[in-house]
Amino acid sequence: MLAAIGAESIDALFSDVPEGVRLGRAIDLPPGKPEQEVYEYLRDLAAMNVSTEDEVSFVGAGMYDHYVPALIDSILARSEFLTPYTPYQPEVSQGTLQLMFEYQTAISELTGLPVSNATLYEAASAVASAGWLAHQHNRRGRFVVSRGLHPHSREALATTGAGWNTEIDEIPLADGVTDASALEQALSDDVSAVFLQYPNFLGAVEDLEALVAPAKEAGAIVVVQCDAIALGILRTPGDFDVDIAVGEGQPLGNRLDYGGPSFGFFAAKQDYIRRMPGRIAGETTDVDGRRGFVLTLQTREQHIRREKATHNITTAQTLNALAGVIYLSWLGRQGLVELGELLLQRTAYARDALAAVEGVEPLHSQPVVREFAVALDADVDAVIERCAADGVNPGYPLARDYPDLENGLLVAITEQRTKADIDRLATTLQAAVREAVPA
Amino acid sequence: MTAHLTETAQQRDRARTIFEKSRPGRRAFVAPELDVPQQEGLLPDRFRRTEPARLPEIAEPEIVRHYNRISKRNFDVDTGFYPLGSCTMKHNPKLHERVAALPGNARLHPLQHPRRAQGALRLMWELQRALAEVAGLPHVSLQPSAGSHGELAGVLLTRAYHEDRGERRTKVLTPDTAHGTNPATVTMGGYELVKLGTSDRGDVDVDDLRAKVGEDVACLMLTNPNTLGLFDPNIEEIARIVHDAGATLYYDGANLNAVMGRTRPGDMGFDIVHYNLHKTFTQPHGGGGPGAGPIAVSERIEPFLPRPQVVRRESGNGAGPAFDLDFDRPKSIGRLRSFQGNYGVFVRSYAYILSLGSDGLQEASETAVLNANYLMARIAETAGEHVPPAFERTCMHEFVLSGGPMKRALGIRTLDLAKRLLDYGFHPPTVYFPLLVDEALLIEPTETETRETLDAFAEVIGEIVTEAAEDPDAARNAPYTTPVRRLDEAGAAKRPVVRQPL
Repeated sequence: MLAAIGAESIDALFSDVPEGVRLGRAIDLPPGKPEQEVYEYLRDLAAMNVSTEDEVSFVGAGMYDHYVPALIDSILARSEFLTPYTPYQPEVSQGTLQLMFEYQTAISELTGLPVSNATLYEAASAVASAGWLAHQHNRRGRFVVSRGLHPHSREALATTGAGWNTEIDEIPLADGVTDASALEQALSDDVSAVFLQYPNFLGAVEDLEALVAPAKEAGAIVVVQCDAIALGILRTPGDFDVDIAVGEGQPLGNRLDYGGPSFGFFAAKQDYIRRMPGRIAGETTDVDGRRGFVLTLQTREQHIRREKATHNITTAQTLNALAGVIYLSWLGRQGLVELGELLLQRTAYARDALAAVEGVEPLHSQPVVREFAVALDADVDAVIERCAADGVNPGYPLARDYPDLENGLLVAITEQRTKADIDRLATTLQAAVREAVPA
Repeated sequence: MTAHLTETAQQRDRARTIFEKSRPGRRAFVAPELDVPQQEGLLPDRFRRTEPARLPEIAEPEIVRHYNRISKRNFDVDTGFYPLGSCTMKHNPKLHERVAALPGNARLHPLQHPRRAQGALRLMWELQRALAEVAGLPHVSLQPSAGSHGELAGVLLTRAYHEDRGERRTKVLTPDTAHGTNPATVTMGGYELVKLGTSDRGDVDVDDLRAKVGEDVACLMLTNPNTLGLFDPNIEEIARIVHDAGATLYYDGANLNAVMGRTRPGDMGFDIVHYNLHKTFTQPHGGGGPGAGPIAVSERIEPFLPRPQVVRRESGNGAGPAFDLDFDRPKSIGRLRSFQGNYGVFVRSYAYILSLGSDGLQEASETAVLNANYLMARIAETAGEHVPPAFERTCMHEFVLSGGPMKRALGIRTLDLAKRLLDYGFHPPTVYFPLLVDEALLIEPTETETRETLDAFAEVIGEIVTEAAEDPDAARNAPYTTPVRRLDEAGAAKRPVVRQPL
């Protein structure tokens, strides 16, 4: 091969690399290993983790231990979905383009908004991307953000907004939901967008009707981070005149994977279709009149518009969107409702069961769908450690994100947590709270 | 070309969506029983959806069949040669899927207490160390989700670095050959873009750099080798000019597969690097993700890295070290996304690094460069007159041809050549990028490919231009054998149908 090139050696191929920057030694890493040794090493590392298979976990806070049906593993493992690049050549990418189109349809149905893209990375960066869209759209300088918005989303919005000097005002919660009068006071004609979560981080169903109207009146874009599973039984953001709905796709058929890869969904009103971030698949026909799908509205994107693009994203989370659309098809029209109703009932049962434990108080009285917050009359970390010893993970401690809720615990229910599991949680928590040093 | 007009079985099978296969009452899901006492009125009516989302009603066999059938309308790197320049479509070892799916990884909640996620945190820490060594920069954050997300992190880090020194700089430089993500990121980071020219040899025009750099310039974003597949031999001087002006030097790692074990961005003088784990470190691309875009930085940028950071803490009591998430980073730019990053991608890429090791990573880069130069030489033999290299130089892991002579002599465009390749079972190269080359073809074969595959591809390029000399319409109307033929993209954009009407 070197002869065909006309080069004397491999070294000659690297002659443009100046002496001064050549590494001149081997990379300081161990030598390569046979496949079985790599497997053993990584298996042993994985075994050091306590997964939701090893304990009864009530941790949610944005990612949930839903059952992932086996057909998803089977379909995602297909080389034809797993190993192509982004569909730049539509004639040989119809599988990917069609799944994107189906995914967009499903997300549009869930959110009640007509335009969905074909994924962003995950929820928090999707919220930040909605902020960027709003800023591009109205050039206003301030975001008003509910403290019920996921703390990761709030932080990602601030991180990204630093690039364009955005000011952020946080609106406090009152009895677990966004304080409507504080929101109204914060609104003015310099507010670019208002950010809410539905249900919010503490599990409470926000009254979107009451919150959206004043925001719209002030001319702000309303962005709502939604729980895709809860949208099976909740009125849609579209019903409430919300401009942009975003959210975490993990609950839709994606594994926990210690936080990713999953996907962020992003749906909007028709008005924003030419400002959307990310890939969008559209329907069209080929030269012979056959139905087909293409990446469309590409003049929004970085590879065409460069510095005038609506966003810099290219690689997103298409394979995870495939898991999402398979999951929603597997649940189906009735199944998503049945799942939502089951979570509603079990979550209410769990909230009642924990409220009956001495030293445990609900943090709010709002309606909840799949998650709720309680305050413990004990040191939360000590309680969690005590429960862990009994094989129960009682929830996510709120103190890091809400210093004012120092002994708060966020408890999530999925269809994999049965009544027996919930009863066990109540018993374990009771013992743990009793033993833990009072805070 | 009448033979081409026979409709294939796959073409006859017209696309129908899963929504169109829905029939009332069909289903796959069996709900767990309601095992708690049913309560009424838990959700007030004003919050309650009145009509269910119109999701498909369909049984499991039909779901499986639907997706298996549409999957066959894709081309993928497990099936054939995919020389898509800048995308590094290398083999995805199957072990990686097995280890990523272990329950200790796949069912680990991201908010599990670090004490009970030691395996995951150790894996991330070890991956950070390995990536740092490959890039020659000491500190790594795994958090960004893709290359462009890493770029955004890099620009925000640059901003934080300058602001911490009390400086307000307003411009970022990128060469005119840059990936589109670079200028788009500059805008998202709140900077003004300034473009640098390219020299006759395909390198950064150093005089243009000298003219444009100054106290208002925050950063130069560069990839080396660049998108022409050329290593810029002036990199030391470029770094000196940028640093003398007080700006940072950012390395777009999309082309890192060219140089592992040969040179390192840190040694070239770069301050910030992003890696594309879905390119260099072989996470399967999934038809458009997931990927991951970790970043590595020099000491002066480290205080600003996103939080949380994965750290190793010595126990001090004789026990082994413990791994933790460090949130206490007062100068951090903050979080870029939810949780700790695309961990499943980290598992696969670390499996790759463990498998290849020190010598294997270097060999991967050397073979990638060898394959690219070999393919460039072979195409020069089979079709050099019509699609000559844009620059007559040794290339790195990819190279650019110009279809300009072909267009003028034969009347077929690069697009036609690309579409005709589909009939031969090859994925086309990246086309019409970089922008400064007329009718560009950007070809990246990667180390995966055998000499036989490269020869076959070069022969087919030769056949297509020979065919075009006799019958240019053969290429102009291609492809013929794909599930659909050329699609009306303009019509799709004019009247966008982006969801199924129901």
